[in-house]
Amino acid sequence: MKPAGFTYHRPATVDDAVAVLAEVNPAGKVLAGGQSLVPLLSMRLAAPEHLVDINRLSSLAYVRVGDDGGSVTVGALARHADVERDAAAYAVLPLLRDTLRHVAHPTIRNRGTTVGSIAHADPSGEMTAVLALLEGTVTLRSTGGERTVAARDFFTGPMSTCADAGELVTSVTFPVPEGRTGAVWTEVARRHGDYAVCGTGVVVTLDDDLRVAGARAAYISVAPEPVVIDLTEAVAGEMVDDADWPAAGRLAAGRLDPGDDIHATAAYRSHLAEVLTTRALREAAGRASVAA
Amino acid sequence: MTTAAFGEPIARLEDPRLLTGQGRFLDDIGHQALAAAFVRSPHAHARIVDIDVSAAVDVEGLVAVYTHEDLDGRVGEPLPLLIPHAALTHGRTAYALAKDEVNHVGEPIVMVVATDRYVAEDVCDRIVVTYDFLPPVVGIEAARSAELLVHDDVPGNVSAHLVQSRGDVEAALAGAPHVLELDLDIERSASTPLEGKGVHARWDADDASLRVYTSTQASTSVRAALAARLELPLDRVEVIAPDVGGGFGVKIVHPWPEEVVVPWAAIRLGREVKWTEDRREHFVGATHERGQLQHVEVGFDDDGRLLGLDVTVWHDNGAYTPYGIIVPIVTTTQLLGPYKPEAYRAEFFSLYTNTVTVTPYRGAGRPQGCFAMERTMDAVAAYLGLDRTVVRERNFIRPDEMPYDHGLIFQDGRPLIYDSGDYPATLEKLKKLVGWDEFEAFRAEARAAGRRVGIGIACYVEGTGVGPYEGGWVKVETDGTVVAATGLTTQGQGHKTAFAQVVASELGVPVERVQVTTGDTRRFGYAVGTFASRAAVMSGNALASAARKVRDKALRIAGEALEADPRDLEIVDGVVRVVGSPPSAPGSSIPLATVAVLANPLRYAFDREAERATQFGGPVDYSKPPVAEGDSPGLEDTGYYSPPRSTFANGMHAAIVETDPDTAEITILRYCVVHDCGRLINPRIVEGQIHGGVAQGVGGALYERMVYDDAGQLLNASFMDFLMPYATEVPVVETDHLETPSPLNPLGIKGAGEAGVIPGSAVLASAISDAEGFAITRMPISPSDLFSLRLAQESR
Ligand SMILES: Cc1cc2nc3c(=O)[nH]c(=O)nc-3n(C[C@H](O)[C@H](O)[C@H](O)COP(=O)(O)OP(=O)(O)OC[C@H]3O[C@@H](n4cnc5c(N)ncnc54)[C@H](O)[C@@H]3O)c2cc1C
Repeated sequence: MKPAGFTYHRPATVDDAVAVLAEVNPAGKVLAGGQSLVPLLSMRLAAPEHLVDINRLSSLAYVRVGDDGGSVTVGALARHADVERDAAAYAVLPLLRDTLRHVAHPTIRNRGTTVGSIAHADPSGEMTAVLALLEGTVTLRSTGGERTVAARDFFTGPMSTCADAGELVTSVTFPVPEGRTGAVWTEVARRHGDYAVCGTGVVVTLDDDLRVAGARAAYISVAPEPVVIDLTEAVAGEMVDDADWPAAGRLAAGRLDPGDDIHATAAYRSHLAEVLTTRALREAAGRASVAA
Repeated sequence: MTTAAFGEPIARLEDPRLLTGQGRFLDDIGHQALAAAFVRSPHAHARIVDIDVSAAVDVEGLVAVYTHEDLDGRVGEPLPLLIPHAALTHGRTAYALAKDEVNHVGEPIVMVVATDRYVAEDVCDRIVVTYDFLPPVVGIEAARSAELLVHDDVPGNVSAHLVQSRGDVEAALAGAPHVLELDLDIERSASTPLEGKGVHARWDADDASLRVYTSTQASTSVRAALAARLELPLDRVEVIAPDVGGGFGVKIVHPWPEEVVVPWAAIRLGREVKWTEDRREHFVGATHERGQLQHVEVGFDDDGRLLGLDVTVWHDNGAYTPYGIIVPIVTTTQLLGPYKPEAYRAEFFSLYTNTVTVTPYRGAGRPQGCFAMERTMDAVAAYLGLDRTVVRERNFIRPDEMPYDHGLIFQDGRPLIYDSGDYPATLEKLKKLVGWDEFEAFRAEARAAGRRVGIGIACYVEGTGVGPYEGGWVKVETDGTVVAATGLTTQGQGHKTAFAQVVASELGVPVERVQVTTGDTRRFGYAVGTFASRAAVMSGNALASAARKVRDKALRIAGEALEADPRDLEIVDGVVRVVGSPPSAPGSSIPLATVAVLANPLRYAFDREAERATQFGGPVDYSKPPVAEGDSPGLEDTGYYSPPRSTFANGMHAAIVETDPDTAEITILRYCVVHDCGRLINPRIVEGQIHGGVAQGVGGALYERMVYDDAGQLLNASFMDFLMPYATEVPVVETDHLETPSPLNPLGIKGAGEAGVIPGSAVLASAISDAEGFAITRMPISPSDLFSLRLAQESR
């Protein structure tokens, strides 16, 4: 369990970083917190010729709430723990902290980056689904310039994204849902902090009469990439207490086609998707109804 | 004796060192050493056609590449079968490096030695082995059906077949008012110590001697094995177990392939060589345990008394049998627990599969036996509509029936005779601790809130302290320090504290003054090893005996110096004094340190202790030799303990679980343990052992499994997918103790190391069954498994 040889680069600025990535393209790999990449290297499941360590890019170590409080932007060097603890981000978007508590363990969150987990695009990574659920964006830089991509275009499959090997993801932006909303993350993992067997994040929007105007859910570990399903049709126009949340759960499960693995059968995952969707929607609707 | 160290719950003396990173584990040794790495079989069953190293030879830093062809002398022979048994008619062991055929994924084929581990792994990547695939035998059912064979010359894949019985089971079952049959299944698991194996070897050519550090549970045995394999005189081989980060059984196996070829290479190359096992290697290159299928037939009367019990076990021994058939023997003998069925018959088949070899893991076959027995007890109770504790109580061996002879032969080849224990009292304590009789009220309350809860119980008896022997050596230094050594090894049990307490109590010195060395053949050469919950019983009693001899000598010498009768002397806080005399009354006391000086008549005075001793010198009798005939200089002695047979500890666990009606998640709400291991040397250490055991029991019941696919690939060979429980998954363990001393040894102690793990699967299966209303017959169980069982139940 020792990595194969590689050339190590440690640029001091974002410009230098993208320059190195361009120079070695396509043989370069960004090293952020290393919590996913280093095990892959050690097991020789990945053997890039060049590692570009971005841990010196302190300009990317930020969590920023947009002026209007309408979004949270997370720089590439913000650790999961920085995002989790950020009071301003929590105030506008509690879902980030609520979800991050399910991402691995404190020691790993101290090192692993939120942007890294999104760039890694593990179909079990919670933050990929949160970004997709909130219809967030990913900002990438290369020597050719900067571009911003919508989450739904960014994730292209398990562990794969539209990012080019010469691009650095500099930040991701999580929009705060508009209107009277409640958002909840829930999951079932085998052990505390493990990748989930099934997890879902939901947003429920109520209208001024406290009737359900929208319901949306995103899932991990049940599809090759974070899928977002609009469940509004099952509950639209209902009062929170009258809505048929289990129907929304069934609707979601019907749209998902999870697979078997050594931890759970596909049938169990489908069942969890239904149960967890129902639970999360009900709770999110409750939160929305007391929201300002 | 005022230094009441024995029985005190003192903090472990070794912890400050270990917790502040001062530990010295195998990989901390020999940073200059060459590194070894192995090419291991990626296939479960194959013939080796060709090994091509041509692409590897020009890697910079490569020192040597070895295959089986290179192994000369006895190194090239199959590894030893450590514990032969008449029933093990088809024992097979591997070669240190595979010869012609591989029988499991992970079997070492090529050893690479290079300047560092990175280079060694680069070289491994470039070595091309060509195989002829053979169809693999994976799983007990495939082994049992024997359509394919693991070893061509082992018919039916059966390495061993053994039947033991007492009474006429067939007649008992035929005559029983009620008969039930159960089919049970326990999956594979493994010891998975946090530190894997590792070996460092250094050959001193001038001295013609070999020093080996190895992360082992049996350094003296490794030494003997290496001397034999490498054809070296025993006194030219030293083996030392440094700090060892857990063993749990896997490190009792010896010599490992790597333990042979690393020293062999060190001698050949004249260089230090080290190999540190990595996690993936440990999963596929060490050993596993637990996998069994069981069939139980039980006959009982209207009160639930067992009239006949007939058990058949199909035991998965993996690819080889280096450690013999200890595990299935233990399963089929220890299965009986605290009960006394009128007639009993146990039969086992030990079967080869193309998976990692099976050797004892903490519990060593007992968890499986306990599972069979306790599932049976629950089944009988359910059938008769009786409380589960009532059925158990009615089948207990009573205290006045001790010693109780089961009429069977135990793993040590000696009769299975329980020495002591009070099972009804243990059960009473457990019922009180967990609130057994109040549970229905709690269940009703939970049910009203939409929650599903269940309670379970499981009992076990554990044979501990198996022979043949251990020894201990104790010496009082002239500064009053007491040094002690025993040959068996330590993997985190707190031996250095518990043994210090034993020695301190016998000698009358403060416990902090006692320094204990374990597992170093330079310090104590006669030993067996640390396994089978034997260390405290064996080395504890041996050290006590040595300390007692030292004490007698100290009193004799002090008596001469103080002109007192030794029978009037006592040792308190490291000072010998006339019984009851006030401290420092002139002429009535002498420090043990000074006695140590007097015990060694020297020609030269070179330190303050020697000067101090002169005041006690008195007139010398020049007609006598300074060291009397039959006496020896120094205040030191050696003692041994060899038990007539094993001593049997016991315990009972109860658990309350909650199962989520929707998600099928399983949560342990409470976990209670009542435990009886005789006299406690250190209650805190015993509790720690129980907690650790419970953690492993919970792991085995709810999380850990070895997932092999049909091709014999281990799909979860990492801590990412092999789900060892975290602290967050281990419940708070509530404990209570009984102390029924063992009559078999002077200290009255029984072993405690394995106890906590034994009933884990049994008690949790019992509780989950109780919550769900149907019987759980296969462990471990995951939420996904429980969900599937619910579906199957609904569609019945
Ligand atoms: C025991 C354990 C448990 C875990 N459990 C969970 C869990 O439950 N949920 C979860 O979501 N995650 C989990 N993780 C993963 C963790 O969240 C990682 O931190 C995260 O997946 C990757 O972030 P990183 O900063 O460590 O990235 P790295 O490991 O450094 O990189 C990961 C990949 O992303 C690429 N990358 C990283 N940053 C950038 C960038 N700025 N631009 C372009 N490419 C980039 C790298 O090149 C690499 O391919 C776990 C990890 C461990 C070790």
